[in-house]
Amino acid sequence: MEFDFSQIGPSLPGLAEGMWLTLQLLALAVLGGVAIGTLIALARLSNNRLLSGLAKGYVNIFRSVPLLLVITWFYFAVPFLLRWITGSDTPVGAFASCLIAFMLFEAAYYSEIVRAGIQSISRGQIGAAYALGMTYAQAMRLVVLPQAFRKMTPLLLQQSIILFQDTSLVYAVGLMDFLNTARSRGDIAGQPHEFLLFAGFVYFVISFGASRLVKRLQQRLTV
Amino acid sequence: MSALLEFDQVSQSYGDTRVVDAMSFQLADGEIGCLLGSSGCGKTTVLRCIAGFEPVESGEVRLAGEVLSRAGYARAAHERRIGMVFQDYALFPHLSVSANVGFGLRKLARAERERRVAELLELVGLATYGDAYPHELSGGQQQRVSLARALAPRPRLILLDEPFSSLDVDLRERLSREVRDILKREGMTAILVTHDQHEAFAMADKVGVMQGGRLLQWATPYALYHQPATRFVADFIGQGVFVPATIMAPNCVKLEIGEFCGLTPNGFTVGETVDVLLRPDDVQHDDASPLTARVESKVFRGSAFHYTLTLPSGQRVLAEVPSHHNHAIGEPIGIRLEMDHLIAFHRGA
Repeated sequence: MEFDFSQIGPSLPGLAEGMWLTLQLLALAVLGGVAIGTLIALARLSNNRLLSGLAKGYVNIFRSVPLLLVITWFYFAVPFLLRWITGSDTPVGAFASCLIAFMLFEAAYYSEIVRAGIQSISRGQIGAAYALGMTYAQAMRLVVLPQAFRKMTPLLLQQSIILFQDTSLVYAVGLMDFLNTARSRGDIAGQPHEFLLFAGFVYFVISFGASRLVKRLQQRLTV
Repeated sequence: MSALLEFDQVSQSYGDTRVVDAMSFQLADGEIGCLLGSSGCGKTTVLRCIAGFEPVESGEVRLAGEVLSRAGYARAAHERRIGMVFQDYALFPHLSVSANVGFGLRKLARAERERRVAELLELVGLATYGDAYPHELSGGQQQRVSLARALAPRPRLILLDEPFSSLDVDLRERLSREVRDILKREGMTAILVTHDQHEAFAMADKVGVMQGGRLLQWATPYALYHQPATRFVADFIGQGVFVPATIMAPNCVKLEIGEFCGLTPNGFTVGETVDVLLRPDDVQHDDASPLTARVESKVFRGSAFHYTLTLPSGQRVLAEVPSHHNHAIGEPIGIRLEMDHLIAFHRGA
């Protein structure tokens, strides 16, 4: 079998568009996921049994179902839910429904990282903040979370690299991300294998490179 | 002086273990108090009850007349206006020294906050360290920052939890004197918790000796040393050994190494055998004395030797002797009793 990569060059602008969508999805999902994950971690650590029970249930559910299922399920459920809430048809689109699915799914994973990060900060830090007149919320916001996030940045980034690869699952709902674009361009050009090999190479370079950078960051933070 | 802090019949348990047992003491405005005891005696729990980190099971904690804690009620720690200095300093590692000190001043206007931070850094002798980060400072400097941070919001009371225990001995003594000066200059009321008697005596106006969750005695360092209320306090504070003695008269007692007659009655029955506490400075070296004791061991303390001596009866006593009297182990030396007041307990009490 002979490979012919000749059509990849002319397709680069289109592939770049796909990558742009992948990166947009990734950035928004990471921001939303970490924000929701932090709230879930705080709920999980709360003294309120109900709140911490709900948080625990949330994490267990999302960590026990396949991401692909969540993506497809949200694709159908989100418009339905919105109609139920607003009473009128609200078009959402694949991008928004995928984004919500990623945020909520990844939040379960991020929350476990954030929880470990918060727990790694000594209790004395909260005590010191109390003794200076801070409330629990202020102590968390000003003392614990800044230190915890600094410690867990490498882990959060590592998880985000996994998310970067997972974004390719949006092909299931027809969203034209990088992988899906490569697949369709390859079909059109009659070079499907070459395009998929190229896509795999790009995913590898980005993921591996980012992973190395995270390692270096981790070393700098621990020193 | 009226009592600022009242710790009134407070008890607290962990599971089935009572760690603080019906404890009471009071601290006047501007006074520095100290809870002294070995680890596990409950002293840190007392501090945590005052700070509001720990509820109380019964009794009351009051500050300036206001109830802070009682069974089923605890004013939130952050509303108590009680500052705290921690054993491990608990500085905020992600903030500069200035930001640490100014942390409790977030409600003040910026200019005012900066003025107060500068004033405190000056007070603790770290005026040029404002931009440094905690990890760049030595242990002693970190503890000074921690003190400045606690003082900054002008708390009603400051709690110090074993504040010098992670420092080396020299620094510990210097810093404890320094901290006392700073607290006194600020007119601050404070409670220190420690297992180190030297620290307690150097810092505090009043010292409480704790054992097994109970406060055995709450008194000035002088009174603790010279009028210990119980055998445990007598033993715990300072050095000394208990030796048997016979009460000869209402104000006289006879020991193996001599007789002591006080100005006031000693409160024991004539003829009773009691245990007398002999401090190292009660036993004087005197070549002219007919009574000799054999040197069993000695510790060189620079200005003095601490001798452990064996009396003819086999009883051991301690003696503090000026260091130019260097005697060999096994050598008999003349000794004389030189007590100025009696510390004695019923046998077996």
